[in-house]
Amino acid sequence: MENAVLRTERLNAYYGESRVVKSVSISVPENKVTAIMGPSGCGKSTFIRCLNRMHELVSGAKIEGKVLLRDKDIYQMESTLVRRKVGMVFQRPNPFPTMSIYENVLAGYKLNGIRLKRSEADAIVENSLRKAAMWDEVKDYLHRRGTFLSGGQQQRLCIARSLAVKPEVVLLDEPTSALDPKATSKIEDLMEELKESVTIILVTHNVGQASRVSDYTAFLYLGELIEFGPTERVFTVPKSKKTEEYLIGKFG
Amino acid sequence: MSDKKTALRLAKNKVFKFIVVLFSLGSIIPLLFILLYIFKKGIGVINWKFLVGLPKPPGVTGGGIANAIVGTLMLILVASLFAIPLGVSGGVFLSEYRKSKLAYFTRLSVEILQGIPSIVIGIIAYLWVVKPMGKFSAFSGGIALGMIMLPMVVRSSEEVLKLVPRTLKEASLALGIPYHRTILRVAVPSALPGIVSGVLLGIARIAGETAPLLFTAFGNQFMNWNLFKPVNSLPLLIFNYAMSPYDEWQRAAWGASVILVIIVLLGNIISRMIVNKWKTRF
Ligand SMILES: Nc1ncnc2c1ncn2[C@@H]1O[C@H](COP(=O)(O)OP(=O)(O)OP(=O)(O)O)[C@@H](O)[C@H]1O
Ligand SMILES: [Mg+2]
Repeated sequence: MENAVLRTERLNAYYGESRVVKSVSISVPENKVTAIMGPSGCGKSTFIRCLNRMHELVSGAKIEGKVLLRDKDIYQMESTLVRRKVGMVFQRPNPFPTMSIYENVLAGYKLNGIRLKRSEADAIVENSLRKAAMWDEVKDYLHRRGTFLSGGQQQRLCIARSLAVKPEVVLLDEPTSALDPKATSKIEDLMEELKESVTIILVTHNVGQASRVSDYTAFLYLGELIEFGPTERVFTVPKSKKTEEYLIGKFG
Repeated sequence: MSDKKTALRLAKNKVFKFIVVLFSLGSIIPLLFILLYIFKKGIGVINWKFLVGLPKPPGVTGGGIANAIVGTLMLILVASLFAIPLGVSGGVFLSEYRKSKLAYFTRLSVEILQGIPSIVIGIIAYLWVVKPMGKFSAFSGGIALGMIMLPMVVRSSEEVLKLVPRTLKEASLALGIPYHRTILRVAVPSALPGIVSGVLLGIARIAGETAPLLFTAFGNQFMNWNLFKPVNSLPLLIFNYAMSPYDEWQRAAWGASVILVIIVLLGNIISRMIVNKWKTRF
């Protein structure tokens, strides 16, 4: 397998006493799209929220095991730094309602009190919006509120916002489940291009989506990692019976 | 047969509707009546001189109420400086730690504070501020009014901050923004229209308070800009003038009532407008 950017070692995640991620060890290869599949409630969101230390924000939540970003334990690092290196896009688009499109893209800097030169800021905004494939759509409306955009545009704005702080990994938690098919396919195309510059971890409910965009696929079931490997192999010759049943739609 | 039934039902509906409309009109009438009466009595004395002039002794015409207007503004300022920072941070605390024990007791005490008669708050401010400082002052009056305003600001901030979606705060945290900045620069700005409107309602409420000022701001015949000296206020002036036997003073009391009512109305109307127009759309 290629270079692993992110690795987990026997990762367990809890809400209070209940363990919802069970001893998951996985290596996420660089500049690829890794899909995390599994039925509802199997711990996909919880798992990826351990990867940027968002899980610990829930009261009573805790983790065991290790998460290594380029061989450094993220739980030994400053949590804010981890979150800048491992960005996240959520299920529902959530642009900041009080900010313009321009300010939304720069939010990672502005809200942190980092001052940018005008030219620098302009460059970051243009670059990030280009990467999110929406520069041409919004370049004339940069100073309008982000909340006036369509759902799909809002989601791409959120992707641009997370790319703006130059993360190494971006976690996408069912980024298209609130979008229509057209907006969905735009975001799927986008991921294809994005993986040139970042590593992508995509949680999806949608088996088709996983097969279309991912290079590697992990299958989680009841908090356990049942199967992980190149997408083509997982989809054609799954090692586990459970994976096969999930893929042909027996449950999920 | 069924036609008859329908007709009966329709008639019942009409009667019911009529009664409902009648009663809701009934609840508007007192306000209309107050406004009409006050304006009729008071509008006549209001002119530029009335607004910028100082009180004259009884028997002399052409006195103004500038000292009371200035005093009221000073009291509102002190009360706001006291109640807004405390109230908004209280609201942040209550919305962030909804279920903690401390939040429970905070909420309880805020509710109780809201129910304490304003005269009692005046006495407290007298004991805590006037006595130690040794004098009546705008400052002590502002603190008393601030204590009345505080629960309103806490409650309204809590309510609007609760409406800020959790996902918005998560978006900020996931960008590596520390928690305190997330609250101050994402949650509070998103809730700002609601917070401002709560503050305005609070101001409208305290602008008309008289009782807590009797032994704090005390009242003053003269113009005073010093925070640490007694000041007049509109309600105090109305109270004193209305009780006086002099015709000019009584008329001035009506005029001052108009000004006060306008301040209260403006507070309410602007607060409404802010909520309707600038409400954050999530
Ligand atoms: N804040 C929480 N407190 C307690 N339990 C939680 C919390 N969030 C999730 N859970 C539980 O943890 C388990 C895993 O939830 P998680 O959200 O990670 O699943 P998921 O695979 O992302 O599901 P979905 O596909 O529906 O998004 C579920 O059983 C859920 O009920
Ligand atoms: Mg989920």
